[in-house]
Amino acid sequence: MSGVENGVELVYLLAAVCFVIGLHLMNSPATARRGNQVSAAGMIAAVVATLVLIIHAGTVKPIGWVVLIVGAAFGAGLGLLSARRVAMTAIPQLVSLFNAVGGGAAAIVAIYDFVTTTTNGGAAEMGSKGIVATVLDVIIGAVTFAGSLIASGKLQGTISSSPIVFTGVRILNIVLTVVMLGGGIWLIAAPPTSDAAAIGLLAAVLVASLAFGVTMVLPIGGADMPVVISLLNAFTGTAVAMAGFVVNNSVLIIAGALVGASGGILTKLMADAMNRSIPAIVVGGFGTGDSAGDTAAVAGGSLREVKADDAAIQLAYASKVIIVPGYGLAAAQAQHEVRELADLLESRGVDVSYAIHPVAGRMPGHMNVLLAEANVPYSLLREMDEINPDFPRTDVALVIGANDVINPAARRPGNPVSGMPILDVDHAKSVIVIKRSMATGYAGIDNELYSDPKTGMYFADAKKGLAELVAAVKTLVG
Amino acid sequence: MTLLAAFSIFVLSLLVGFEVISKVPATLHTPLMSAANSIHGVVLVGAMLIAVSADNAIGYILGFIAAAFAGMNVVGGYVVTDRMLGMFRKRPVPPAPSAVTAGDPVTESVADRRDAELTR
Repeated sequence: MSGVENGVELVYLLAAVCFVIGLHLMNSPATARRGNQVSAAGMIAAVVATLVLIIHAGTVKPIGWVVLIVGAAFGAGLGLLSARRVAMTAIPQLVSLFNAVGGGAAAIVAIYDFVTTTTNGGAAEMGSKGIVATVLDVIIGAVTFAGSLIASGKLQGTISSSPIVFTGVRILNIVLTVVMLGGGIWLIAAPPTSDAAAIGLLAAVLVASLAFGVTMVLPIGGADMPVVISLLNAFTGTAVAMAGFVVNNSVLIIAGALVGASGGILTKLMADAMNRSIPAIVVGGFGTGDSAGDTAAVAGGSLREVKADDAAIQLAYASKVIIVPGYGLAAAQAQHEVRELADLLESRGVDVSYAIHPVAGRMPGHMNVLLAEANVPYSLLREMDEINPDFPRTDVALVIGANDVINPAARRPGNPVSGMPILDVDHAKSVIVIKRSMATGYAGIDNELYSDPKTGMYFADAKKGLAELVAAVKTLVG
Repeated sequence: MTLLAAFSIFVLSLLVGFEVISKVPATLHTPLMSAANSIHGVVLVGAMLIAVSADNAIGYILGFIAAAFAGMNVVGGYVVTDRMLGMFRKRPVPPAPSAVTAGDPVTESVADRRDAELTR
């Protein structure tokens, strides 16, 4: 090992240390941004070191440089542009897209390595080069690539976000699994001696993995999507680690394993917050087949509809208001309007705080990001366990586009939301719900809170409804 | 690096990954996922190593796609995470609500710009 190679290895170690410290700093909102910067510094160091390594190796052909630089610059430009431009409400699908391309790149590294090794030295050579890692990289990378693209499309609305189930999907999944794993094991145990056969077999594994990624994510419903994205994120990490084995590179192995493990933990944390189990999510279908009859009696119950003026007066003369933002607020991008209303109420001496359910918004923690964007200090955002005891002392709970996370039915067994921790909105003295229609939430069940006598329903788009409330408060009580 | 050494590094890194984010608040789940997402953009290093030995059309095509994919993952991932976290600014809760608008002109102008961005 030459001096340059030793130096590069040391920089890789430094980069790995940066990744670990960066992730660790992400444990607290106060240090999180610095954590990301530390991690980015490590990334730059790793890339520069690799650049030094390949310049030192001196085997890169001019056209190779063009391909590398143009490719990386093109991708980086696209990434930069989309990261800068994206609305905060569309973050989840963008993360999923980045996840897809990461998994895709990892798979390509293994495919390239396999193709060059087989054409240069015969398939038998592969055995000594860690064919296991190559096969795992292709399978995991391809599943992640296809699955993340589908997840991204579902969140964007290009693909229906409800569970898509078609007949024969089980059989298709079994066939795909057999091809994927069977082909992989065949490649590992007894690689075909002819190059064409070996590459053909890998291609079959690749196609089956891509198809499996699609059929795995399609039947999963919108509410579970964040957990799936997190799971696919962990998959990509693992695929990258496998790519590290393939190209014998330490920083890929370390960073990939870090993301694989921390992504796995994060997936579990998210699933726990929604009281869902990861296997149940992957098997699919939020509440499919569950009893719908449990709360059916409520559906025809008497709703009390309120107008902006009534709601405004109720809010303006309250002494304590808790705002419960949900998915509807995120979808309508009404975070700035909600802050305006809160500021207005505070200026009248109303005590305003925000109750954030762990899975409010489109993704755990997403609501915090949106409200932070609207300059709401995060000290005003209260987590579920902390704020639930406050509801009985609250005059008005203002629910904006939230549904399942406040459904009292969750306290009873036997329905799709059973056991999910909820915000005790029904304990407040009165409730105003801003909602576009009586449509059900992800769980697809009615919410008995809406027909509660102390609840007023204000049917409006979150953004428009809040703007009208602000105007009404201003004109009515000055 | 022998396969055994590589495997040891892999297992130990997994353990570090399990421990390092054990008690993260739900507030940070989305940014953390995004941060982890950008770290696996390190696959760019793998894409660069492809270029070292590529010498035919297939190699160049695969190298190009891998470099583009990885470049998008790493740059986009870090930028979007930073943008998200940049919004978690710690500000004192104003005692008098009028301070919200008058107190911090810099923050306000940033917020205004974002508003403009959103409505565009």
